[in-house]
Amino acid sequence: MSDSTPHSSPSSAPGPAVGKDEWVARHAEGRLLKGGRLGPVEDRIRAVSWWAWLLLFVAAMSLLPVFETSGYVRRVAFDTVLYMLLALGLNVVVGWGGLLDLGYVAFYGIGAYTYALLDSPKFGIHLPTLVSIPLVVIGGALVGLLLGLPSRRLTGDYLAIVTLFFLQLFQTLTTNGDNAFGHNITGGPNGILNIDPFHLFGHNLSVQHAGVFAVSYYYVALGVFAVVYVALRFVNLSRTGRAWRSLREDPLAAEVMGMPVSWLKLLSFSFGAAVAALTGTLFAALGASVFPLTFYFTLLITVYTMVILGGSGSMPGVVAGAIIIGPLLELLREPSKARFVFVIALVGGLFVAFRRSRLLGLVATATLVLGFVLHAIAGGLHGSWVAGEHAGGFAGAFAHWVIVPSHLASWIAPTSYLVLIAAALVLTLVRGHLRLVLLPPTLYLASFVWENVMLVKPEPTRYIVLGLILIALMILRPNGLLGERRVEIV
Amino acid sequence: MDTFIQLTIDALTLGSVYALIALGYTLVYGVLKLLNFAHGDVFMVGSFIGYGALQLLGGTANPKVPIWALLVLVTLAGMAGCAVLGVVIERFAYRPLRDAPRIAPLISALGVSFFLANSMQLLFGATPRNYDTFSLSNGALYLRGIDIGNVRLPLLRIITIGSAFVLMVLLWFLVNRTRTGKAMRATSFDREAAAMMGIDIDRVIVFTFVLGSALAGAAGVMFALRVPTQVSIGFVAGLKGFTAAVIGGIGSIPGAMAGGLILGFAESYAQGYISTKWSDLIVFSILIGFMIFRPQGLLGRADIRKV
Repeated sequence: MSDSTPHSSPSSAPGPAVGKDEWVARHAEGRLLKGGRLGPVEDRIRAVSWWAWLLLFVAAMSLLPVFETSGYVRRVAFDTVLYMLLALGLNVVVGWGGLLDLGYVAFYGIGAYTYALLDSPKFGIHLPTLVSIPLVVIGGALVGLLLGLPSRRLTGDYLAIVTLFFLQLFQTLTTNGDNAFGHNITGGPNGILNIDPFHLFGHNLSVQHAGVFAVSYYYVALGVFAVVYVALRFVNLSRTGRAWRSLREDPLAAEVMGMPVSWLKLLSFSFGAAVAALTGTLFAALGASVFPLTFYFTLLITVYTMVILGGSGSMPGVVAGAIIIGPLLELLREPSKARFVFVIALVGGLFVAFRRSRLLGLVATATLVLGFVLHAIAGGLHGSWVAGEHAGGFAGAFAHWVIVPSHLASWIAPTSYLVLIAAALVLTLVRGHLRLVLLPPTLYLASFVWENVMLVKPEPTRYIVLGLILIALMILRPNGLLGERRVEIV
Repeated sequence: MDTFIQLTIDALTLGSVYALIALGYTLVYGVLKLLNFAHGDVFMVGSFIGYGALQLLGGTANPKVPIWALLVLVTLAGMAGCAVLGVVIERFAYRPLRDAPRIAPLISALGVSFFLANSMQLLFGATPRNYDTFSLSNGALYLRGIDIGNVRLPLLRIITIGSAFVLMVLLWFLVNRTRTGKAMRATSFDREAAAMMGIDIDRVIVFTFVLGSALAGAAGVMFALRVPTQVSIGFVAGLKGFTAAVIGGIGSIPGAMAGGLILGFAESYAQGYISTKWSDLIVFSILIGFMIFRPQGLLGRADIRKV
């Protein structure tokens, strides 16, 4: 807050900060009134209203299929829009309601399954799309209400266990639903197949067009996203939205002020469930099939990571979180792209850690030199130690730097992985010169593990990355990218 | 009748494993008021450490030490490994968040759980690991035992149930009869007041994680003595242990034991008399029933909020 800022008001003048609340208020203001060159730009950006941003965003997103003809990329874009919707829904429960809903993806599954039952040859029911979607959404909201009822007076912890068990139950019911007292309802592990595509305005939206992913679903999803975003935006500004926020900040005070706390919690819960169920219909219609295992813990953590990364409570934030995490998970699937992600993360992390100090250059040089020296030594000792193939492209830069043995003894992978974790943990404990000395070997070890252990198995690697993001975020920046820092007033 | 006895034996075995897991949840919740989601995965890691120790000791086919020593050493290895893991998790994932909003450590715990499960998947794959206890002295652990009616209670079950109860008694003694246990109880009653009385809160919390995780490690080994273990068991085991702790009254040690046994009996009888497929539904109904009619659990204290 320098004096050059044109907006500095008298209230933000330096002075004794008495009491936490004032400090909080000023801290929040401090972000608005940033000085320097970026300050006015940031103010300008902030002056643009939210609907303009939304319009711009949706327009940009809808241009994507024009420039990108690959079916794979379009499919990833579609999935990302679904993630955005899921994150928006979870944001209502976690970000606004402040409830830890661990059964969230079960509602997504309920939406998908209900749509599948209402529009598939399974029972020969083929409701019009515009009838079945509202039914699914209402159904999802009702199940949310029902599940919330027994937990309504309870704290977050109990809700977490009930909802987590609900997720497990959904899994059991759908997996065993092929023989529910003699009736085949959910198709069991084989799921439900041949689900009808959406039928809108007299057209069947086909999934494939000339063998490639058809963009019609992408546009439908974008449209749904825009509608949901605007609706939630209005909900957030409404009386209920304000009540949710007050409830989250201090449930006790809210209760004392006469707010129907239980009812509000239930409401946020079922709002989230409804959004998830709506997203489920899109998923089912596009995939034309649903299987139980899609809606499980992995997806739950993925959506949670999006919400937390973007900043729970902030709608643009969680959308940004989905846009980052969704494609990131796709990139990590393929070794060459995953390597790229790794390098960017490493370099970016170093920049963040050291800002622009000279130490950065020192550490980077030391790491590079260490790598070349170790590689030369290993190569000199035994040719097979460096003869391993680097999986995928973009390997040239790594070929003479990271040791990749042609055959990895079975003890190396666990040992190097454990040593890497230990080294990383120790790094967070030590300070000063010791940290500088330890950093290059740790970075090199990380590259070694990444090349030899993690790239080989993309599936667990993707989720390890998610888990790490969650832990690191909670410790370093619990408010995420765009969320507001929450201060608990004790 | 025979079915009933058989199911009761199953229930006791299952229930004692659940009780050991639930104790870990309850201990940590008592002290930190944190639901440690990673606990189920610590249990899973424990069963893998036990497997590793077993291989180091020569495997079950031709062990290098007597059978009783083998069982004890494997269990101890699982407990020690998990204790270390628990302390590391507490130090790096929970301690920095001790003063953060309630939801922050919960989410960090989710991250830890996910990280542990997938790291194990990365390093050891999805193949089940079988302790193969049947080859210990030609199946003596299974064939010998006590006959109850027409049903044989195999030696392995006796060992499992017996050692679980020994561990619980030990825990009870630790918590109720030692200085550290007293400090733990004080901390769980009122952390700030305990700190003001000169109790080293950090030490108590670390100790709690050592205890809880060691019990999970023991449970992991006991579980894997009968059934092959694999990476994916952590989630469901954690969920069940968690439910047991809530049913018994989270924060209450006898409650966790009772809750574990209740869950074991409910699941075993439901599987035996109703259907293996729907036992989850029955356990969930019990949980919901408790949530509605007795939210503080069987032996828990009703939550009094101080303003």
